[in-house]
This record gives sequence, C-alpha cells and structure tokens, in this order.
Amino acid sequence: MEVTSPVREVLVTGNKTYHDVSHDICRHVEAKPNPKWMTAMVVSLGALFTGGYALAITLWDGIGMWGLNKTVGWAWDITNFVWWVGIGHAGTLISAVLLLFRQKWRTSINRAAEAMTIFAVICALLFPLIHTGRPWLSFYWFVPIPNTWGSLWVNFHSPLLWDFFAISTYFSVSLVFWYIGLIPDFATIRDRATNKISKAIYGALSFGWDGAAKTWQRYETVSLVLAGLATPLVLSVHTIVSFDFATSVIPGWHTTIFPPYFVAGAIFSGFAMVLTLMLVTRKVYNLEDYITINHIELMNIIIMITGSIVGVAYITELFMAWYSGVQYEQYAFLNRATGPYWWAYWSMMTCNVISPQLFWFKKIRTSLVATFILSIVVNIGMWFERFVIIVTSLHRDYLPSSWAMFSPTIYDMGIYLFSFGLFFTLFFSFAKFFPVINMAEVKSVLKSSSGEIENKK
Amino acid sequence: MESGKNFIVGIFDDESVLLNAVKKVRGSDVNIHECYTPYPVHGLDDELGYKRSRISIAAFLFGITGTCLAFLMMIYMMGIDWPMIIGGKDYIAIPSFVPVGFEVTVLLAAFGMVGTFFVISNLKPYGKPRIYDIRSTDDKHVMAIDLAKNSKSADELNAILKESGAIEINEKKF
Repeated sequence: MEVTSPVREVLVTGNKTYHDVSHDICRHVEAKPNPKWMTAMVVSLGALFTGGYALAITLWDGIGMWGLNKTVGWAWDITNFVWWVGIGHAGTLISAVLLLFRQKWRTSINRAAEAMTIFAVICALLFPLIHTGRPWLSFYWFVPIPNTWGSLWVNFHSPLLWDFFAISTYFSVSLVFWYIGLIPDFATIRDRATNKISKAIYGALSFGWDGAAKTWQRYETVSLVLAGLATPLVLSVHTIVSFDFATSVIPGWHTTIFPPYFVAGAIFSGFAMVLTLMLVTRKVYNLEDYITINHIELMNIIIMITGSIVGVAYITELFMAWYSGVQYEQYAFLNRATGPYWWAYWSMMTCNVISPQLFWFKKIRTSLVATFILSIVVNIGMWFERFVIIVTSLHRDYLPSSWAMFSPTIYDMGIYLFSFGLFFTLFFSFAKFFPVINMAEVKSVLKSSSGEIENKK
Repeated sequence: MESGKNFIVGIFDDESVLLNAVKKVRGSDVNIHECYTPYPVHGLDDELGYKRSRISIAAFLFGITGTCLAFLMMIYMMGIDWPMIIGGKDYIAIPSFVPVGFEVTVLLAAFGMVGTFFVISNLKPYGKPRIYDIRSTDDKHVMAIDLAKNSKSADELNAILKESGAIEINEKKF
C-alpha cells in the first residue's frame, strides 16, 4: 500500500491529508450557495420552464406539433433519445469498467460521472415516453401488465420493448451503484454536520453507516459484483438501442456494424460530456488538486481512441454499402454525403472523425481550453450522427413518391431545450447537496499515489 | 441496542499501524469487537479473521431466479396465453427473448444483492449507528474492544493498545 508508482503521475496533488479530502469536498455541501451556482441554477431553471411550455403544448395537442411528416416519422425525438443515452455511458464505464481494470484514476471522477449518467438517462427516457403521443397509456405498451382489454401482452419480439427493459434496468442499476457509493460519504457529512437539519437529512441518507471493517468488506464485494453486472449492461444498452434501427429494413439502418459502432459512439460522447462538466466543476469548486491534468489527459486519450473507432465505423459503413451491391443502400450513403442534408453529414464527419485526432498532440490533450472546446464539438458531432442516421435514411427511402424533407418546429427545439434544463438543474442540485468527489475512494488511493508520499521520499 | 456496555476505543492515524496493531492485539489474546475506518483498508478483514463475504453467491442466485422468471414470463405470455406469430417468428422464439432475459437477470441480481447487503449489514434509513469516535468517518481508524468479552482489565488493554501504536485511547459506554 505504501508503494508509489515511479512511472505513473500522482493522482492527488497538493500534499493532501485525509482530513483535507473530507474538508475540500464537504465544504461545498456545507456552505451557502455561491452566486455562481445561483446564476447557473437560474439559467437551468429558465431552460426547464421555457422548454416545459413546448412539452406541455405537445402533451396537450399531440405530437402533430412536431415537424414530423408521413415519411420522417422519427426525427428530433429519437435523435435526442439516442444522444442522451449515449452520454450516460461514460459514467458507468468510469465506475464499472475502470474499477474492474483497477484503474485508480477513476476515483476522482466517478461520482460526478455516475450522476451524469443518471440524469442523462432520465432525459433519454423522456423522449421515447413522449414520442408515443399518449404517455399516460404507454405503460400498457412497454410494461408486461394485464390491461383492461384482456390479456393482450406487450410484444417481446420488438426491439422497442427490449429498449424499455434495457434502459430501465440500466437506470435502476446505475442508480443503485451510485447510491451505494454515496453512503459512506453521506456518513462523513452527517458526522461533520453542525446543524440539526443537515444531521437529520444526511443521517437518513447515510443509512446508519458506521464504517465497520465487516461492512467495508461486504461493500467492496458488492461494488465489484455490481461493476461486473454493469459492464455487460453498458454494452447491452447501446447494442439494444442500435437494434431499433438494425433490425429494420430501411437503407442505411440495416447493418450489423451498428451495435459496436453505437457503443463506441456512446463512450465517445459520454466522455466528452464528462469532460465538459468536470472542467467547469473543478474550476467552480477549486478541485484542481483532485481532477488533475493527468485525469483530463487520460479521458482525452479515451476520446481519441473511441473517436477513431467511430471514424473506422463510418468508413466501414460506406465500404459495405458499395461492396453489398445493393442500390438502395448505395443511394442512402450517397444521399447522406451529397443530398439535401449534406451539411449535417459533413458536420458529423468533421466533429467526430477529424476533431478527436487533434488529441494525438500532447499539447492539445493537456490544454484545458482546447479540451473544453473539443468536448463540446464532439457532443455536437454525436448529435448530428444520430440526426444523420435517422433523418437522412427516412426522408428518402424505397418510394420516391413519398420523399420529403424534415424541418423542426419550435416545439421540437423546445423539448430539446427542456431536456437540457432538466439535466443541468439535476446536475447543479447534485453538485450543491451531494459530495461531487468520492471521498472514501480518494482516501483509499491517497497513500499509494499522493503528492505527500512522493515528497516524503 | 444493549445498554451499559463498556468499550475501550483505540484511535490510530495510519492504516499500516492499525494493521500491525490488530495483529498484535489479537496475538495478545484480546478479542476485538470491530474496527471502523473512513475508507476500506485492504487486508484488515484478514487480520481480523473475517471469512470472505458470500454476498456474490446471493447475487448469483438472484440472477438465476431473474433469468428463470423472465423466460417463464415471456414463454407464457407469447407462447401460451396469447400466442401470436410476429415477424414470422415462432410462438416461443427463444433468441428474441434473450435481451429481456438478460436485462431481468441483471436487474434481479443487482437489486437482490444490494438488498441482502443492506439487511445483513443492518443499514436502513434513519439507522442509528454506534459511533465510537466521530473521526472514524473522517481521518482516523478506530479499534473497539468490548470489556465484557475479554478477561483483561481496562488498564491492561490500554497498555496493549498504546504499545500497538494507538495515538489516543478512550473509554466509551453504550
């Protein structure tokens, strides 16, 4: 335990002691909200309520308020759904996959990344729910419960139903994983609390945690098994999301590369969102000693790798369309690149294939400004990817007589804005009331990899 | 909660000192009630003589239950109660039941295991833990020794703890 790796960078800088860790993380929870936080919250709530109007109108008048037509039956709704689900993946990847691979650098970022997962999946769930048009009835279409029309069951052969099971399982397991990790930290806040209300709230949230050796032993086993369960879940969720398209017969959708390509894309966009949030959080909360340049560089390397996988997938799609000899398939891809939506296709290509390659340069992947800009560029690119897949394949299919164009209405845009408002309202609430860094886990790696030990040598 | 129990509480500020202290204290024929740490100290369970947790077995059993329940449900609904051919598939088309079967397996395994963890570790909302030292969730490691379960006197235990590297020794009554 006392060994500091001579080859790896230190994970926590600034000669922190165990008490410093508790203090640095808890003080944001204990302090009064600062003006920066209040401003951010007001902006998020503004987006939530403005977009909420579009949502309310859609619920009242129906999805005829959207820009969909007889040809393009899915557009912004499912684009936003797949985009938000993808963003969620980085959280589970950081907490589960990196835990299994014993990557200690995950400890400073896993908590916020998991929170991001939960909130992104909530936003994602919103879209399939409202795209049904009558969400209050949708339980009969998604959940196998006996209904009032007899024992007509949901269709277990349908990828849309698999989606429901995949996303809801993913959400529940991620939520449990996140909460289990929070319990010891809630106990720390409970024991530091000076006023009765905080003591009662964090006392309830900490479930009576006392840090007994036996409980820690079980806790670590639970975390490891949950990580083992969540890892295939990460892969299964986006694989199943891709089945929504891949099991159909629409040109441009019916490809076997979709599952791995969707998973890589999800990790790619998820890490970009983690970086966007982390760069802001570390600045606002002065957590530079915990989320170091080293962490940012490692995440950028993952973005570079997954971005390259996505790039290879795009090229494979093009090759397979040509190689298949199927004219509809060939046309679908030609139309994507040169048709009326060429700008969306080339935005996607630029943002997703070219921009992550800049991370080959150490100067760029260790630059905060470049990372922040590129993380947003990647997320824009990934939104366009889903838009291109969905809209360009639907607007021109087998029958030229039914070809049409899609353009969004303000209600499409409003609901997208609503999802942003919801996401950031939840994230900022989390950042204020919950510890943003996993204190117990950071403490457990502090001794083996902190600057304090390095200096003592 | 039992009342009137007396504990000798040793406070340590380093995990390696605690690990050696546990070895030493147990070697002096002292029965340690429990250790409390702010983070998981690897190897502490071995030193305290705890057996490996069998909670993963619970996860496996819950998972298997989930698989069986999911497949039985889908076979009954799609094959027996309302048989329908969809997309040219059989009534009971096992391959298309795999995704839902997998998800329900994971769901039950995760929830079953975490539920078991809460129950056996006595964790519940508004649970009232025994806090031997408030710093045990911050930066100190705590070793609690139950006087009633040891033949040695408080003074003897104090001496052993001090010798083992405790920075502070307190007495706590519950």
